Amino acid sequence: MCSLMIKIESLTKSFNSLGVLKNLNLKVEKGSTLVVIGRSGCGKSVLLKHIVGVLRPDSGKVIIDGQDIGQLNAKELNLLRKRINMVFQGGALFDSLSVAENVGFELLEHTSISGKELFVRAKEALSLVGLRGIENLMPSELSGGMRKRVALARAICTKPEIILYDEPTTGVDPITADSINELIRSLHDKLKVTAVVVTHDMKSAYKIADRIAMLYQGQIIIEGTPLEIQNSEHPIVHQFVNGLAYGPITETTEQFK
Amino acid sequence: MLDKLQNNLFKKFERFLFFLGGIANLAVQNFYWLIVPPYKKKRIFEQAQKAGLESLPIISLISFFLGVILAFQISYLMRRLGSEMYIASIVALSIVRELGPVITALVVAGRVGAAITAEIGSMRVTEQIDALETLATNPIKYLVVPRFIALTLMLPVLTVYADMIGILGGWVICVFKLGISSRLYLNITFDALLFKDLFTGLAKTIFFGMIIAFVSCYEGFNVEGGAEGVGRATTKSVVTSFILIIACDTFFTALFYFIFP
Ligand SMILES: Nc1ncnc2c1ncn2[C@@H]1O[C@H](COP(=O)(O)OP(=O)(O)O)[C@@H](O)[C@H]1O
Ligand SMILES: [Mg+2]
Repeated sequence: MCSLMIKIESLTKSFNSLGVLKNLNLKVEKGSTLVVIGRSGCGKSVLLKHIVGVLRPDSGKVIIDGQDIGQLNAKELNLLRKRINMVFQGGALFDSLSVAENVGFELLEHTSISGKELFVRAKEALSLVGLRGIENLMPSELSGGMRKRVALARAICTKPEIILYDEPTTGVDPITADSINELIRSLHDKLKVTAVVVTHDMKSAYKIADRIAMLYQGQIIIEGTPLEIQNSEHPIVHQFVNGLAYGPITETTEQFK
Repeated sequence: MLDKLQNNLFKKFERFLFFLGGIANLAVQNFYWLIVPPYKKKRIFEQAQKAGLESLPIISLISFFLGVILAFQISYLMRRLGSEMYIASIVALSIVRELGPVITALVVAGRVGAAITAEIGSMRVTEQIDALETLATNPIKYLVVPRFIALTLMLPVLTVYADMIGILGGWVICVFKLGISSRLYLNITFDALLFKDLFTGLAKTIFFGMIIAFVSCYEGFNVEGGAEGVGRATTKSVVTSFILIIACDTFFTALFYFIFP
């Protein structure tokens, strides 16, 4: 028996009359990993931000574990947010705090944890992402790939039930990228984390996904298992997963001429 | 032509109302989160240090010069009138009632308000504010409340300090340049100052502190468009704070004029 963890119903969102998401529907089962693929700028980050309630829909609903997050008050929303964490595309580390304080931020804010304990917990989370001895550095002293991994450590530090990853492997070297994939996979296997991963890296998508959905022009145009997506006859999906310059996606825009 | 001007003015007015609405909304949320526990003293202390302690050097410099300038300018007039005895009292009154509070507020708006807008603005464009929310932390409570408390507490303190340094500046000129005895200068100063002078001077600084806190945080939160947007917001934050501080000062001066004649 598998129940739904995330359910999005006819979500619509525009910014200054630019429609980004149009009547989008999506379901994620408890404990499964959904990979959302799509071109840059198609609204993948916007979609994730609706799931944590950072952005509010123009219309439509986001339902997390049976709760419509548009109906929650501030306190209930905070309770729910303790169960969800997000890894932002650029890391979004707090630059006035050290790496350890960043990683243990949620503990620091919501529990009366001691400084020493915090350090231990941060160290533990950092070692999971393959980082050691950087607890006392400031985010400005880190490389791009390290920032990304610290952001990952921050998201897994409190062992949330749902983790949203916004392009976790973009901009890191292939070896690190693979270890991030392994990490996402093992959180799924061992801790039964429900995950939504946004990426346009097909290799990592096939590796971590239980299901893959493709976002195109504000809607989910296809959703299926990695195998189904890989062998899809749908011309748009086919062009994207095979990374072809010519096809229906580029026909309308006529780029790079 | 006139039509266009009218339209333009209307749009400006509309934007101003929108701005006031945003500030009011921020203020309401701020007061709500102010009373909701937990209270993190460390963050308030940090902000108080940034707003207060670190402003001391520039406030010292400016208010000292202000006292010097006032003493010279007033002595020019008083000499013509043959009443040099009044220099000390006029310097003291104009500093304590008016110049100390306003100059301190303007300096803090330029120094601290700008920094707040830039900091919160860059947190906005790098998604740190979104990250706060996803970590179940209210950005108003985390960012605005400590700055609000620090600014409304530190501005009166800084003003008292600025008043003293300003009077010291006047004293230096009167004693060393104009040959008035030190005892006499201080006696006249303290005779001239009444409690209501100090009170009206300090009461309004609390409101100046609120203006700086709300405007700078509001502009920071509403940054759009990357690093360039942060720059624009910072300028806007300082200019808006200046205008509102002067407007607020006019209001209180008129008000106090009628309440404490
Ligand atoms: N806060 C915002 N204000 C205005 N426009 C936005 C905002 N966030 C995203 N957008 C717009 O929404 C579109 C989708 O952005 P995004 O979700 O970041 O794309 P991606 O799929 O690459 O993550 C872009 O055109 C972007 O300009
Ligand atoms: Mg994105």
